[in-house]
Amino acid sequence: MSATARPMAEPMAEPTSVVQMPGWWGMICLIATEASLFAYLLFSYFYIGAQAAQWPPTTPPELRLALPNTIILLVSSATLIWAESGMKKGQRTRYVIGTAITIMLGIIFLCIQLLEYHGKNFGPSSHAYGSLFFTITGFHFAHVTVGLLMLAQVEVRAMLGHFSASKHLAVRNTSMYWHFVDIVWLCVFFALYITPRLWWHP
Amino acid sequence: MATIAERLHEEWTTPHTLYGTLATVDHKTIGKRYLVTAFVFLLLGGLEAALMRAQLARPNQHLLTPEMYDQLFTMHGTTMIFWYAAPILSGFSNYLWPLMLGSRDMAFPRLNAVSYWIFLFSGIFLYTSLFMGQMPDRGWFAYAPLTELQYSPALNMDFYSLGLIFLSISTTVGAINFIATALTLRAPGMSINRLPVMIWSTLTISTAVLFAMPSLSVALAFLFFDRHLGMHFFQAAQGGSPLLWQHLFWIFGHPWVYIVVLPGMGMISMIIPTFCRRPLAGYTYVVLATVLTGILGFGVWVHHMFATGLPILALSFFSAVSLTIVIPSGVSVFAWLATLWGSRPLLRTPMLFALGFIALFVIGGISGVMTAAVPFDWQLNDTYFIVAHIHYVLIGINVFPVLGAFYYWLPKMTGRMLSERLGKWNFWVMFIGFNVAFFPMHIAGLLGMPRRVYTYPSGMGWDTTNLISSLGAYLFAVGVLLFIVNYFWSRRHGETAGDNPWDAASLEWSVSSPPPEYNFAVIPTVRSRDPLWEDRLGTPARSSIYSGPVLEAGRETTSTRPLDADDVRVLNMPEDSLWPLIVALALLVIFYGLLLGGWWVALAGAIVLFIAISGWLWPTDVTAEKEATS
Repeated sequence: MSATARPMAEPMAEPTSVVQMPGWWGMICLIATEASLFAYLLFSYFYIGAQAAQWPPTTPPELRLALPNTIILLVSSATLIWAESGMKKGQRTRYVIGTAITIMLGIIFLCIQLLEYHGKNFGPSSHAYGSLFFTITGFHFAHVTVGLLMLAQVEVRAMLGHFSASKHLAVRNTSMYWHFVDIVWLCVFFALYITPRLWWHP
Repeated sequence: MATIAERLHEEWTTPHTLYGTLATVDHKTIGKRYLVTAFVFLLLGGLEAALMRAQLARPNQHLLTPEMYDQLFTMHGTTMIFWYAAPILSGFSNYLWPLMLGSRDMAFPRLNAVSYWIFLFSGIFLYTSLFMGQMPDRGWFAYAPLTELQYSPALNMDFYSLGLIFLSISTTVGAINFIATALTLRAPGMSINRLPVMIWSTLTISTAVLFAMPSLSVALAFLFFDRHLGMHFFQAAQGGSPLLWQHLFWIFGHPWVYIVVLPGMGMISMIIPTFCRRPLAGYTYVVLATVLTGILGFGVWVHHMFATGLPILALSFFSAVSLTIVIPSGVSVFAWLATLWGSRPLLRTPMLFALGFIALFVIGGISGVMTAAVPFDWQLNDTYFIVAHIHYVLIGINVFPVLGAFYYWLPKMTGRMLSERLGKWNFWVMFIGFNVAFFPMHIAGLLGMPRRVYTYPSGMGWDTTNLISSLGAYLFAVGVLLFIVNYFWSRRHGETAGDNPWDAASLEWSVSSPPPEYNFAVIPTVRSRDPLWEDRLGTPARSSIYSGPVLEAGRETTSTRPLDADDVRVLNMPEDSLWPLIVALALLVIFYGLLLGGWWVALAGAIVLFIAISGWLWPTDVTAEKEATS
């Protein structure tokens, strides 16, 4: 049967609601599967920990670097929220500055994380705890790196004027990913740094 | 009005050049590539099985050495479960989804292309092991600590761990694509209660992939770290736990069973109504049963671990949940039977496969219920009874629906009908061959024959059943060959199919066979669950299939709201692109680098990967966006 065109009263518009944008769902799905990845990592940590005579085998990890680092990462989420709300108002400069601060905070986080690794008196091959500690924080390290690469790309595109107040899905998705990486760190921090203090008796 | 078709053809066609071949993002081309590649893996896995059945046909045979036999059963399981069973379903879904949904492509056409390339390259990566004589050899579920470096020093299990991580990227991005497509790219009016059941089943399993796949990836990463970075996840002496592997593997593994069978059940729910000439009975219940099975699938993994010495309370819980799966499965079976009841089904080849499937599903289901009971499982764990069960489930609920689906949808893809006579031979040879091959394995298992033995002494009572199984296996293989013959025969001599050869109800049958590049000349508007049967069923609401908006300013399709499919908007779809191929090639370099310890090679691959992804995400039409900004 041959097709007949039905004339439209006016040209069809692009979606304005995120639930009609495939890209938004794509990021939601990516975050869901990545969150599961960390859930299984932490499951492994607690599964092996529950069977160990003493967990962790050494004293609980120090908070001296990890706590300030956690705060740095939280602040980086706040600066990104500030930047993104600028984008929504069409203030490109505010977005560019806010994202630049976020990227810097992210890099500082990674550097402090390297310092933290350097100060450990065990390595990934010392024992199962070491394997878990370095693998879980290492996976998170890799995710922060990916988040930074995404932010850097969006930053360059923002400078080139690719986004507008009404059209900036890439900005939105990148922010979502960055906040996700932060929330994952809170879970990792709670599991690796806080829970041992709840039950650890020397 | 021919000009609509001409203009759309101009916009959507991919040139028949080398560039076009490598850069195409057409879901139909990608779907066909998936089908062919996965079918080749089916043949490879089948060849491996044929060698094993030759060895086991008689007692005390030495055609194969134990080492070769280990590699064959591992590669047979790995190939069939990972590189055939799920990808073949992705092939059908990739081809059919946009046509069923009234869309012009998948939500992410380039992601679709990368998903195929990664599937292909990961398969090539896995089979490189054949040429190095180091195929994976510790079973498809690869229990630690046997897979650790001290017990498996060569590259065998590295091919396994890296190959599967590589493939999991393809599976995951594919699942994301299906979810985004189902939620945003439906034709106006196709609310969720009007979705074809096959869409529901693939949507369910795509969601399951998101939550299940990472568990396998974590386990495989741990294994790789244990082997190459000296870590201790699975080594009890250093505080690790071999059982952790089993937990992680089966937390993934059982949902995976549903991932490779639910879409098959969805296909059956499309085929049976067509040949019964009436809508599926209990649509809502079948959909709910499908989703419920997908969810319950996450709560049964320990039934693979009944013999590992876990606390009896845990076993009872997992046994109970495993038995619960009977309820949604029963709902589906009774819905199919109710659709058949009192109808006059046309027994064409796709319908024969559907009916054969129901029989095998019930047998595989019953042996599943039996092994869900802990004491029974203890008796039969690691025997041929389990081998019989897994094959009734996977061949019964995957291969039979897939063959039925080929007979049903190949005319849409090629424009030619397959031979009905050869098709009936095909079905009966496969159905009889299958049962002759696998039913006796139940008996061999009950008589105590362990799985994965490379040979057995005579006088154990296993000789006859094994000989019968081997003969049945070859008969089954003849059945598969008949299908291949039928396919090539039909390409040349098959009757012309026409738009709707089966007089079916769903949207894919409203377009020509094969469909044009742009699928739909006008975007259809859907008003009922069976848009092409509204006259027959006397449905008061009428869909508008051949009249609607054209959308021809570039590659465009519509986007609607996830639940009600209203608020029609327009989406711009991407052009053909080489980036997906480059991304997949970069990943291939990374994985070969990791395999052979070339860390710098892997790093170079990662840099290319980053550049390729940046190029991919960079908008092609920056000027237009800049104008929109100002």
